[in-house]
Parts: sequence; C-alpha cells; structure tokens
Amino acid sequence: MKSHLMYHLIALCLFVHSGSTWAEEARPLATNAVVEVQVQRLSEELRCLVCQNQTLADSHAELAQDLKQEIREMAAKGMTDQAIIDYLVARYGDFVRYRPPLKSTTVLLWLGPFALLLAGGFGLFLTLRRREKVALEPPLNADEARKVSELLEIDKES
Amino acid sequence: MKRFLLPLVIFLVVVGFLFKGLNLDPREVPSPLVNKLAPMFSLPRLDNPEQVFSPKDMLGKVWLFNVWASWCGACRDEHPVLLELSKTGIVPIYGMDYKDTRQDAQQWLDQGGNPYIATAMDIDGRVGINYGVYGVPETYVIDKTGVIAYKQIGPVTDEVLRNKILPLVKRLQAQ
Repeated sequence: MKSHLMYHLIALCLFVHSGSTWAEEARPLATNAVVEVQVQRLSEELRCLVCQNQTLADSHAELAQDLKQEIREMAAKGMTDQAIIDYLVARYGDFVRYRPPLKSTTVLLWLGPFALLLAGGFGLFLTLRRREKVALEPPLNADEARKVSELLEIDKES
Repeated sequence: MKRFLLPLVIFLVVVGFLFKGLNLDPREVPSPLVNKLAPMFSLPRLDNPEQVFSPKDMLGKVWLFNVWASWCGACRDEHPVLLELSKTGIVPIYGMDYKDTRQDAQQWLDQGGNPYIATAMDIDGRVGINYGVYGVPETYVIDKTGVIAYKQIGPVTDEVLRNKILPLVKRLQAQ
C-alpha cells in the first residue's frame, strides 16, 4: 500500500516537472518585455490571412505564428510599429490590416454606414412630417358630430 | 403604385450588391506584389542541397514559380495540370516546397511525378513570407525582367491555365 502511494507521488512529480519544461520551450526569443508588448499590440492590429476573421493575436494557425515571430524579430531590431506594418502591407496588401486605411477604394466601407444612417434619418423625418399633417386635419365637422351623437343615442336605447 | 417604387428600387440595389457578392471569393486577396520585382532569395535545391536556386538565374526567361507542399491537399488537384504543362515545354516551371521536409517532398514527387525543373526548399517559410504566401498552392508568372506579372492563389486549373496563364506567358515571351 505504502509503495503504491510512493508510486503515485513520483508520477505526480514527474508530471509537474515535465509540464514546466514544456512551458519554457514554447517561448522563443520572448525574453524582452518591451518587445513583447509591441508584438502584442501589433498582432491585435493585423489579420491572420489563413483564418480571415481573426487577428494574429487570436490565431493559432501556423502562418500566424510565423508572422508573429517575424514581427518579434523586427521589433527586437527596433523597428517602429509603422515600419513593421508597412513591411507586411508590402507583402500581403491592405487586407492584412484589421482596420483598413481610408482611401478612394475604401470610402464606401468607411462612410457607407453613416450615409445609410443619414438616409434613414431623413426618411424618418419625412414620414413624421407627413403624419403630423394628417393629425392636424379637423376631426369632425358639425354635421358629422350630430350624426355620431344620433347613432350613439340609438345604441343606448336599444 | 408610386409608394411601392422606392422600396422596389432599394430592394433591387440590395439584390445587385448581393449578386455581385456571390461571385467574389474572399480568399482571393489581391497581391500588392503584382507588377513588382520578384523578391530575391537563394535556397538549397530539393534534388541537391549543395546547389542553390535563385530567381536571379532566371533573368531573361518567362517562368512559372509554383509554391507547393506535400501536406497540401489542393496541390494534389493541380499536380496533373502542371505535369501536362511541363510536358509541352511551353514555359519552365520551378517549384518552392513550403514548410515541408525533404523526405516527404521527395516521396511526393517520386509518387506523383515531377513537373519542376528544380524545387527550392523553404523549410522555415521565410521566403514564403517575402512572397506574401498564405494559401498553398500559389503560382506566380514572372517575366524576363524578373517582375511578377500574375499571381494565382489556390490551384492552377485547366481553365485558369487556358484562359489566363498561357495567353499571358505567350504575350510576355513575345516582348
């Protein structure tokens, strides 16, 4: 019984120990905290092209890992955010940026929602004004009022 | 009748946009490298690691640069197309094996046939990043001056070859 327990303890120690070595292997070059902050900031701004609706930071695709490593090395060389983004845009195009830049081909993308909102607001304004006009019409003239009260009287008597 | 006109117009505009959207492939990201010089590199060849392949060796020729890998499923689809093309001798095809091992790559070519005059080994994917590779297979048409004239993302099909790549190659060769 005692040896059995010992066995488990040893197994547990081995397991915990091996876990810690894995954790260390999994972070190449990630020693510089300043560089890591920059890598993190940039990878939240850049798109993983394999899984298109994820940022590099969210993605576990192999290409995303490679690109993060590439960014890490550029950051370690002291390149600015803008220089690193330019480097990637030159290779993968504007699509690699999660926030597309404002230029002639993306005007509709940036301003379209606001244009739709304006159009909707204008439509609402017109509709409300038309309704107001309908409401302002005199409710009943004298003749109609007498007819209504007559009908109501008949209703009461029956 | 007039009150239905505006909703109808809006409906038709939306239908127009959606119809256009049906024919767009979000996977096809336009490459900024088209009409730019192909990035330089020199990588060891698959058949002989002592020898290197560099796009510099290809100046003065129109050639196809095909990025492939033994782990890539769609590469299997385009392989027969490339084999056929290599037999015609119209245009030389060079390959780049992307993030792969020598052994797997060699086995793949031994089994499926080898359309490439030479294959460069990009084992860590660094050159791939320079070429903006994100979905293997990708194929570049490179002209005599070393400029990328066209990039095919995804497999080269008979249709793409006939309608786009071959006419372009003929035009570039005549230049």
